Amino acid sequence: MNAVDTPPMVADKVARDSRISRWFRILLPVAVLAAGIAAWQLVVRINDIPPYVLPAPSAVFQTLVQDWPVLWQSLLTTLLTTAEGFAAAATGGIALALLFNQSKWLEYSLFPYAVILQVTPVIAIAPLLLIYLPQHTAVVVCAWIVAFFPVLSNTTLGLNSVDRNLAGLFQLYGASRLQTLRLLKLPAALPFILGGLRIAGGLSLIGAVVAEIAAGSAGAGSGLAYRIAESGYRLNIPRMFAALLLLSVAGIVIYGLLALTSYLILRRWHESALGKET
Amino acid sequence: MTGPTALTESGSDTDELSVSLRAVTKVYDNGVVALGPIDLEVCKGEFVSLLGPSGCGKSTALRLIAGLNAPTTGTVRLSHPAIEVGGRQSIGFVFQEPTLMPWASVRDNVRLPLRLARVSMAEAQARIDGALAQIGLADFADAYPRELSGGMKMRVSLARALVTDPDILLMDEPFAALDEITRFRLNNDLLALWRDLRKTVIFVTHSVFESVYLSQRVIVMTSRPGRIATEIGISTSEPRTEDFRTSAEYAGYCRRVSNALAPSYPGQAGP
Repeated sequence: MNAVDTPPMVADKVARDSRISRWFRILLPVAVLAAGIAAWQLVVRINDIPPYVLPAPSAVFQTLVQDWPVLWQSLLTTLLTTAEGFAAAATGGIALALLFNQSKWLEYSLFPYAVILQVTPVIAIAPLLLIYLPQHTAVVVCAWIVAFFPVLSNTTLGLNSVDRNLAGLFQLYGASRLQTLRLLKLPAALPFILGGLRIAGGLSLIGAVVAEIAAGSAGAGSGLAYRIAESGYRLNIPRMFAALLLLSVAGIVIYGLLALTSYLILRRWHESALGKET
Repeated sequence: MTGPTALTESGSDTDELSVSLRAVTKVYDNGVVALGPIDLEVCKGEFVSLLGPSGCGKSTALRLIAGLNAPTTGTVRLSHPAIEVGGRQSIGFVFQEPTLMPWASVRDNVRLPLRLARVSMAEAQARIDGALAQIGLADFADAYPRELSGGMKMRVSLARALVTDPDILLMDEPFAALDEITRFRLNNDLLALWRDLRKTVIFVTHSVFESVYLSQRVIVMTSRPGRIATEIGISTSEPRTEDFRTSAEYAGYCRRVSNALAPSYPGQAGP
């Protein structure tokens, strides 16, 4: 649409409408959240439900404040595990994809096993890993197993979707393998890699939580998931909710950070990061 | 790889030759005969068009000359080896699409051939600026490809091909996707560049009018398999200007070339 052709008053109205619709997109979910919490509070209050059955939101919030030192420490532990798992998944997934890209034989030999690792439920692998590995390592490995596959498959897809003519150009100018990789394949694959990382961020949190729960029942552990399991045994339901809330927020922040990183890296050139009007 | 080899027998008579194809054929893996056999000789500084219907193997011929594909039989020879040291390249290639790296600025796109040849940034700078100035894009060095129009992207592609100062410029329907006015302007600019630089240009097109306007020699090809049907020399007073486009002489050449091309489109009446 060409704004110059439309009368100024219409253009103003269009701009105002789009501003209003943007506000609604933020306000509506917030309103739903507020209504949900209010309804929850009311139901608990009216029916006089005891906190070990269903705590009121106010009780959850109170626990969050009271138990903050313990929960904060657990949050840090879980976040550290997640970060380690994510870093391992990112480097492992990208490195493996690069190797596969350089050698078809390697890809044919190993790719099926990457798929098997991906489709086997991590909750079933975790107890085994805990037998053979030190606990912390086992938890990180779980996070890695869940998170590396999207990075691997996305990176592979990206490396294979290089423009054919550009590849021809590199060949024409006698580019070395390393030059082709660094100047052509990696930049072309970047949007795909970032997409894979965005999925991997959330998944490594899931992997860490699953492994913590498995490890928690085996004894030691101090991550948030362990707190949830522990609070469950003690019927400290408000704390379960508080820990769950923190995990949700952590997941949202991780996703938001990765989406922002992706946007900042791609905004100069990639379609996905461009405004709709261009 | 059996790509183009240098013309080693440098007798005084072969000195003039820039590109020579002898009995070249190309058969693809699926058994399709894409090209040939064809013989083609292009002299230094000559502007030659390969004209023919889609699928007549003209792009294949260009890729064989560039060394992007190897011929199935026959030999492709260039007057210089395809790659020389110091970032000088005997071949510049312009594709049908601009084929720019979307993640790199105009400057970095034009710099690519020099970068691949490991030319230092300091030395490359002047050549990049020169190439950008030649095609009139000096002000857009820091823009990204998506910020440019189709015609400007094509200019960047042309600058990238020129930055290595090649002897041979291979162009594969470079202006086919552009609107007519932009195409005419780029045609004129290309002619002006060719007059200044006297590169050997091999220009693939399916437009009769474009081939006659630009080239000294039009090579008409037939399809399946791609063979050379005939050659028509375009001799007119140089330099050519917009006036040539509307002259009776131009119309005459266009008719001759169209008639030569007609058998390549079986089932269709001539012009």
